[in-house]
Amino acid sequence: MTMTNSETKADRISGTRLGYRFNIIGMVGLSVILFWALIAIFAPLIIPYPVGEIVDLDYFGPMSRDFWLGSDYLGRDMLSRILMGARYTVGISLAAVTIACFSGVMLGMFAAVAGGWLDTVLSRFLDALNSIPSKLFGLVVVAAVGSSIPVLILTLSVIYIPGAYRFARALAVNINAMDFITVARIRGESTLYLIRSEILPNIVGPVLADLGIRFVFIVLLLSGLSFLGLGVQPPYADWGALVRENIGGLPFGAPAVMAPSFAIASLTISVNLLIDNLPKKIRDRSE
Amino acid sequence: MVNLVEIRDLKVEATTDSGRRVEIINGVSFDIAKGEIVALIGESGSGKTTIALTLMGHARPGCRISGGSVSVAGKDMVTLSEKQRARVRGTEVTYVPQSAAAAFNPATTIMDQVIEVTRIHGIMSSDEARARAVELFRALSLPEPETIGSRYPHQVSGGQLQRLSAAMALIGDPKLVIFDEPTTALDVTTQIEVLRAFKSVMKNGGIAGVYVSHDLAVVAQIADRIVVLKGGETKEIGTTEEILNGAKHPYTRELLAAFEPKPRGAAGAAESGPAPLLEIENLIAGYGQAQADGLPLVRAVEHVSLKVEKGRNLGIIGESGCGKSTLARAIAGILPAAIGKIVFDGKELGRSARERSRDELREMQIVFQYADTALNPAKSVEDILARPLTFYHGMNAKARSARIDELLDMVRLPRNLRHRRPGELSGGQKQRVNFARALAADPKLILCDEITSALDTVVAAAVIDLLKELQRELGLSYIFISHDLSVVEAICDEIVVMYGGRKVEEISPEKIKTPEHPYSQLLFSSVPRLDPTWLDGLEQDPELVRAYRRR
Repeated sequence: MTMTNSETKADRISGTRLGYRFNIIGMVGLSVILFWALIAIFAPLIIPYPVGEIVDLDYFGPMSRDFWLGSDYLGRDMLSRILMGARYTVGISLAAVTIACFSGVMLGMFAAVAGGWLDTVLSRFLDALNSIPSKLFGLVVVAAVGSSIPVLILTLSVIYIPGAYRFARALAVNINAMDFITVARIRGESTLYLIRSEILPNIVGPVLADLGIRFVFIVLLLSGLSFLGLGVQPPYADWGALVRENIGGLPFGAPAVMAPSFAIASLTISVNLLIDNLPKKIRDRSE
Repeated sequence: MVNLVEIRDLKVEATTDSGRRVEIINGVSFDIAKGEIVALIGESGSGKTTIALTLMGHARPGCRISGGSVSVAGKDMVTLSEKQRARVRGTEVTYVPQSAAAAFNPATTIMDQVIEVTRIHGIMSSDEARARAVELFRALSLPEPETIGSRYPHQVSGGQLQRLSAAMALIGDPKLVIFDEPTTALDVTTQIEVLRAFKSVMKNGGIAGVYVSHDLAVVAQIADRIVVLKGGETKEIGTTEEILNGAKHPYTRELLAAFEPKPRGAAGAAESGPAPLLEIENLIAGYGQAQADGLPLVRAVEHVSLKVEKGRNLGIIGESGCGKSTLARAIAGILPAAIGKIVFDGKELGRSARERSRDELREMQIVFQYADTALNPAKSVEDILARPLTFYHGMNAKARSARIDELLDMVRLPRNLRHRRPGELSGGQKQRVNFARALAADPKLILCDEITSALDTVVAAAVIDLLKELQRELGLSYIFISHDLSVVEAICDEIVVMYGGRKVEEISPEKIKTPEHPYSQLLFSSVPRLDPTWLDGLEQDPELVRAYRRR
């Protein structure tokens, strides 16, 4: 009962004028994501040293004026490697999560609306896919066709489609049981209309939240694959690969192992903060 | 004499999402004496449940008690700490919710849930509590009081569950019980049993009660005094007699007037067209796998035939489970009938909606009971009404917008409502939008499936008047499905009584006082009247009651 006061105060600060409420936590999340997106785009222009070049005589060097985040296990500049790594981590994960969630959610809604044997076949097939351990699946695919960025993106999205499908189907089945769907059906509407206009607007909130979680999983899985040496290939490296390469620096407390970990944490946490705090349209306009 | 409950100048406010504060309860004061039952009556949104909840010191999320005092047995519930309130709840003040089905945990036995209160508060030992619970079951005239406690909630009927939730409220020996619309979801014949049980238990135990309801006739049977609420303010307080016989406030009179039977004025002489608008012959519909004979496993509608003339209305009445909604679904093609002929406007229709042409679908529209689920919560009123216009009539944006204005005018909604979403409308407004969507198709026949049962009496009466008016203007026909006799009586030219999937009687409203079939007699006599002595004086043939009450 008392919490309402503090909430209203926070709301006042942010853009109530536009008819949307966007709280500070959400804005922080958004700015961190934008920051990393800009880095990913402009990385080649701002890196102080070439990525593959050994520039420090010491390995696991400390932070210094020349090397802001120290140097890695070969004496390469860590800052440059993280800035370039953003391209792979942000780019690959974003592409993979978009493909995975788009296909999964579309299939899920379709299965819920169509029902019957189509639903059964699709569900069993994706369940089967789901039962393959994700790392193993990645390993087999990369071993079979070699590691390249398109292969990574596709593999990661295939791994996460079943989850997105299950989630969207579960939500859509509930909506599908509502009377307004029946009304639309006996109006004679097509399945596509039902999916797009009647179901999607009602599940978009949870689907976005799911997208955020799945993005984090993908970043972590990509990092895991890179950790096993199956991800982005040297001399380039995504953040996960950077952690793996420099794991030997852990006993020395080298910045080379901390910095990429913080980068991963900052990105994944901000994505979730943003998605939990998306701008909300203010419906009470009677003022 | 010291009153058990004294509410003084109670104020409750809510904060909306833009930070605006709204007063929901605006300075309400009343008392409840020991052993007295006070009814809070008013339409939805009048604050009756909010006031009832403050008696337990509770305000729903987003709301807070902003002023006044609620003293229950000498304790001010507003100023008590949450911990102290928890001690009072379940022992001094208890609550019987509207939907017992939603209030029980389906995973544990009824007995465990009924005696949970005694365990939490450490009032008595588990064995004593069980014994006491069985006593209560007997007092509430539940069947098999010794063993009913070992069943799970889904194994008893709705009316029994409602009485069991009363047992749960009574086991802690409370001084005050809050009943929050406990019989609204029940059938009339079941409602009688439940009301009788509540009344005798409360009177014998000398327990005070607050009875929240929008049904004046139900309240008249059980309450000593009535508090009439509207918009968070008390409009009138008086004994049941005073309110029923000498209401002073115009709103109370309106409530009472909504109960006056308003027989349908002389229906325009039925167009003596050669063929009826809708003719159904020998329809069978149901659920489950088709059997060897091509019929479904569970037959909800059996051999029903009926006829609707152009411009006339047919009422279908019966209790829950009698197959009336299934019949509507079969006619609309949502649930394809297994056997039967549906002839609409001279053409035989396909059994499933998929087999019907777009025009056939357009001419017969269905309006569902719950406007909450029948309107897409993610769309604005404008979008909801625009879709049938685009879909059936292919209108462009400008024509659509003009037609939406017309439709909103037709159903008496302000035009600026079109930008709102269903969640921002009241129950009556939603039902009007629901109806406007059916009108948007320019239908010849509208199937109304219990469209007034989720509405308050005054609002429902207004919706019925609206339907009659639209019928005069547009020459529509309705099939009106309801469990509420007075509603059907008010609008229909012909009434079909259904029981157990069969049509038991077809009568005209003039003969409604003297039905022939025994089930119709039982059903019609169970409708509460605005007479406080009705329940006590009501005598129903116990044989008849047993024969037709499956619950």
